[in-house]
Amino acid sequence: MSDMLALDFMRNALLAALVVGLAAPLVGIFLVQRRLSLVGDGLGHVALAGVAIGVVTDSSPVWTALVAAVLAGVVIELIRARGRTSGDVALALMFYGGLAAGVVIINKVEGAQTANLTGYLFGSITTTTRSDVAVFTALSAVIVLVTVVLRQRLFAVAGDEEFARASGLPVLALNIVLAVLTAVTVVVAMRVIGLLLISALMIIPNAAAQQLSASFRAATWWAVGLGVVSSVGGVMTSYYADTASGGTIVLLAIALFALAVLGGSLRKAVATARHRHAERHLHEHGPGCGHEAVAHGDHVDYLHDGHRHAAHEGHYDEHADHPSADADPGSGGVAGARTGRHTLGDREEVTR
Amino acid sequence: MSTGVSAPPPVVDLRRASFGHLGRPVVTDVDLAIAPGQVVAVLGPNGSGKTTLVTGLLGLSDHLGGTVEVLGTPLARLRDRTRIGYVPQRHTLSGGVRATVAEIVATGLLATRPWWRPAGRRGREAVRRALETVGLADRARFDVDTLSGGQQRRVLIARALVADPEVLVMDEPTAGVDEASQKVLAGVLRGLATSGTTMLVVTHELGALRGTVDRVLAVDAGHLSFDGTPQEYAAHQAERARAAGREDA
Repeated sequence: MSDMLALDFMRNALLAALVVGLAAPLVGIFLVQRRLSLVGDGLGHVALAGVAIGVVTDSSPVWTALVAAVLAGVVIELIRARGRTSGDVALALMFYGGLAAGVVIINKVEGAQTANLTGYLFGSITTTTRSDVAVFTALSAVIVLVTVVLRQRLFAVAGDEEFARASGLPVLALNIVLAVLTAVTVVVAMRVIGLLLISALMIIPNAAAQQLSASFRAATWWAVGLGVVSSVGGVMTSYYADTASGGTIVLLAIALFALAVLGGSLRKAVATARHRHAERHLHEHGPGCGHEAVAHGDHVDYLHDGHRHAAHEGHYDEHADHPSADADPGSGGVAGARTGRHTLGDREEVTR
Repeated sequence: MSTGVSAPPPVVDLRRASFGHLGRPVVTDVDLAIAPGQVVAVLGPNGSGKTTLVTGLLGLSDHLGGTVEVLGTPLARLRDRTRIGYVPQRHTLSGGVRATVAEIVATGLLATRPWWRPAGRRGREAVRRALETVGLADRARFDVDTLSGGQQRRVLIARALVADPEVLVMDEPTAGVDEASQKVLAGVLRGLATSGTTMLVVTHELGALRGTVDRVLAVDAGHLSFDGTPQEYAAHQAERARAAGREDA
């Protein structure tokens, strides 16, 4: 560990990985929500054209890539807002045009040697300079600040654009903000995991977080945690295993996703085994439903033919008759009480 | 007219109004005034333009002609859109991610405060009240995907109610909902009607709303083809059926 931290370029690399791991999932959750998971990939393609322009004009590729990606992001939203069916083809033209132009220009300038090109496409974290890290950190701070302040609005627009527009939210403006955030994330992550792999760090930690949480809020924090573990862990692994950092980060993220799926289904299985379903009935318990309501901890049970029914997911659970019995896990509580009517038919009610 | 007591100004006032999409009119020449507290059902076959008509009041379809006043203000100049609550016809609530019932309902309040201000205690209180109105207060922290179709519809109603709108526009609130949930849903709508909420409900069938609706509009081929009470509508339907029967004979 200390040998790694003693190296200047590794300190830069780890810091860059940390800020990318923080910012990418924070933006990515809205892309997952809008079912536009691959838009980051497309913006990465266009950013390569920006890099090429930077190489040709001998200016900093980070800034030219940023301009190209931001412009592309805004154009995408304008095309989507017009809602024409040809929009899809327009995106393909833009994405592949960007990638092709980038490859052609960089090869033309640098001859047959493609080390620089590969560095941008797949990341070359060890060549990240101190000033690069400073720029990435500043840009990431902006991304985090904007997403945290606007997250509820971005959530509303990504979840139900029609309602957001009807309620008076500036839908197009918020969509453009998200596109710009995505573009900035792509550029920040460009040196760390590469333009072809960046989308993975925006999407996969979020896919994993969905397995572990039931609320948007919790999913966001899970995704950020998993993103940081993937990016920092990936860079450390690549140092010791002598592997490509970008690919290692993505493979680690996928491994975490697999663990999350496993953990999520285990938790569900345990939860299913530990509680008892009430008999099925079409009647829905609620205020004024005719059944007596009994406060029970953080929820309300309804007294139904002497049984206490509590809403849970798509069904009702049978809760113990005496609050003291299930308040004390030592006496068996919910799990150990009469197993009652627990049939396969009941289990089928668990939708996920 | 000059009885001394002037009637309250209409909530919705359309004069020869047309609405459509991309410049192409779908409903035309609509004259309509809805008084406060009225519960109006908008009926019509698919493609008749009934949804275009009501979404026109929300700025979701284009206002192409005539005058449209909502809450006494010309539509284009109505700044606070949350005064009109909207319950869209939808099947998913949160897109591709998990979200709780309370998180969805809270989005109905966003347009009522500036972008930099986070939700406060009053906002959380409003969410709780809206969920209570639709009978889902005990499910505030549930993942919305675990709710039944009818309960999800009530979440959408709560989201529209949370900003205290003066008129509620609903698109097919009872469609595709099983009978038990439909009863609860009808109860919620009846409760809102009793408390004086003005409602405009697009629907296929009046059955679920019987006793709640006090005015029926029928839209056919882009025009209002009927405007009257539910009783008059039943008579109108019977008349049409008889006429059709004579033609067949």
